[in-house]
Amino acid sequence: MLNSLPESPQVYLFGTCLIDTFYPKAGLDAIALLELAGYEVVFPQAQTCCGQPPYNSGFKAPALKIARQTIKLLSSKDIPVIVPSASCASMIKNHYPALFQKDTSDAQLAHNLSLRTFELIDFLADKLPYGQQLSFPHCKVTLHQSCSALREMGVASAWRAILEKLNNLEICFPENKQECCGFGGTFAVKSDAISAVMTEDKCQNLMATGGASILSGDMGCLMNIGEHIKFEGQADPCLHLASFLVKRFGLNHED
Amino acid sequence: MKTKFSKRIELALADSQLRMNFRGAMDFLRNKRQLAFNDVEEWQALRKKGAAIRQDAIQRLPELLTQLEHQCQQNGIHVHWAENGDEANKIILDIAQQHKAKQVIKGKSMATEEIELNDYLAKHDIECIESDMGEYIVQLDNEKPSHIIMPAIHKNTAQITDLFEKKLGTSTPSGDVDALIGVGRRILREKFEHADIGISGVNFAIADTGTLCLVENEGNGRLSTTAPPVHIALMGIEKVIPDIQALPTLQRLLTRSATGQHITSYLNLISSPRKQGELDGPREVHLVLLDNGRANISQDEKLQSTLACIRCGACMNHCPVYTRIGGHAYGSTYPGPIGQVVMPQIKGLKQEGELLDACSLNGACGEACPVEIDLPELIRTLRHRKQENSPAFWSKEAFIWFVWTKIHQHPWLYRQTTLLMAVFRTLDLNYPRGWARTRTIPKAAKMSLHRQVRERSKTKKKKENE
Repeated sequence: MLNSLPESPQVYLFGTCLIDTFYPKAGLDAIALLELAGYEVVFPQAQTCCGQPPYNSGFKAPALKIARQTIKLLSSKDIPVIVPSASCASMIKNHYPALFQKDTSDAQLAHNLSLRTFELIDFLADKLPYGQQLSFPHCKVTLHQSCSALREMGVASAWRAILEKLNNLEICFPENKQECCGFGGTFAVKSDAISAVMTEDKCQNLMATGGASILSGDMGCLMNIGEHIKFEGQADPCLHLASFLVKRFGLNHED
Repeated sequence: MKTKFSKRIELALADSQLRMNFRGAMDFLRNKRQLAFNDVEEWQALRKKGAAIRQDAIQRLPELLTQLEHQCQQNGIHVHWAENGDEANKIILDIAQQHKAKQVIKGKSMATEEIELNDYLAKHDIECIESDMGEYIVQLDNEKPSHIIMPAIHKNTAQITDLFEKKLGTSTPSGDVDALIGVGRRILREKFEHADIGISGVNFAIADTGTLCLVENEGNGRLSTTAPPVHIALMGIEKVIPDIQALPTLQRLLTRSATGQHITSYLNLISSPRKQGELDGPREVHLVLLDNGRANISQDEKLQSTLACIRCGACMNHCPVYTRIGGHAYGSTYPGPIGQVVMPQIKGLKQEGELLDACSLNGACGEACPVEIDLPELIRTLRHRKQENSPAFWSKEAFIWFVWTKIHQHPWLYRQTTLLMAVFRTLDLNYPRGWARTRTIPKAAKMSLHRQVRERSKTKKKKENE
């Protein structure tokens, strides 16, 4: 499919509502990386949220409405949809098709979109010009593999692989690296007591690695981790993988 | 009256000893399981096979159960059907009273916990002693199991030493596990000798031969089912498997997932009462088949995989919530992810629906399940059912999602909202009260991504025009 496209192929960026409102820099960095990899990025201004928050909270009807709208929005061009979050990517890729009755036109569109949807870092892993990276002094970073990256999307190994291609970089993992950080969307608010303890444990393990930055491809986890570390009176060391890569490739854009 | 689940969670989290006991035990069990399944390809293949066996059995439940009943009867086992816990209790009491039983010895069985058999028999002056060491400890302290495989996992050796001293008047050196086991063995041996009836659960029931399989490590299951003159086995109807060829796969998955053992210490295959000329074994064997909501679950396409469970406990060992609050906080027979899925289905969403909240949908349980039960998806589906069954339009949460949908359905409104949030630079709707417990509140960016992308393309166009 992609072979038949023009020289500078297009991709959609589904920015996610969290990045849109709180961390737009991660979204701009995603665009910069996609452009570096030779893509023209289409960012539909009508995009909002993927619908995962109500979907996971037990409210299927709102999720269905938002899914219909998002599917329509991302189906006017038959091009890849890139999502800078494993969690939101999984909603579109794995859960949208299950929302609709089999053999309906909605289900077909959802299925088609599912096949075209990729998590950003996984999509970029074999497409970046690693030869063009700047050289940096030795540096230690800690990778937080999100649950969605590890399990539903299976892209955690790609996150690691992309970091391994960078020069002078030592990659650390926290103890209990497979364990959830305690975010879980509305879980952090609804089951606040247990979520708080999970978050505290995760942050302690992450900080114990001594990495200069905590990197991940899921801004939800990073918001949870970063805001807790700030709560403890320390500076937020979290950075989206896209933002880290942008620095490594010396791509500057105005904030 | 039970306290609210959220309150029980707070209490469990405040108990640092309890948390240490669970964290230590769960880390240990997870590592042992990991070592037992260190060949990833073998694990995947075995898991696929196990899942297929269980799914097939659930699809053919009526057929297999009829076959099991027939074969058991051919073998001389009495078969009883119980629609719910009450019926099962009555059937067991009837048998006990027919034999004028006063003393019952029980092998470990979660199904008997589900129907609260001990309490029921006690009301009718029949003493029921637990013979599994963990169950015995829990019973001695008037508690319920906190884990389906390791009922007393919430206690450490020092706590058990104290308990024995208080309740049994023994004095063993603190931390001496062998001495504690010795005490239990001495007391239980006597009970085995004098028990009128032995009661056990069933791990798997083989339909085509009418054989009941019991997997255990302490030998108490074998004694409970052979020493007393009468043996009553209670099983949930989902435990049936078609033939003995299915057993090795499930057995390997079960012991490795549960305790990291490659093989169990005792595998009991019970196919009949004592036959003529035989010197030992019970003179009567009864099988009580318990439905208690399972038939309904088997008819529900989206939830039927719940019944594939082989009760290994791996889901709770891998659950970050269970690892921190332990089994008692759930206040249910089955705790952890499988409990969160089973309990609302057998007791109703109204009564047990609150269990569903304590899950971040991180997926660790589903990944560990040896028969590929997609537990996170079941939890999600039950959350949907909870809303659909009793749509609380007036609830705060329903209102929030109503407004949320209106905003996110209208891109223009959505952009105005992010703009507003950027102006106020805070998301303080009093909603993140729980969030603020251990985190600062995130501040919205000065300019949303939408806006920055718009400005960017404007500048680009300008540059191109120049």
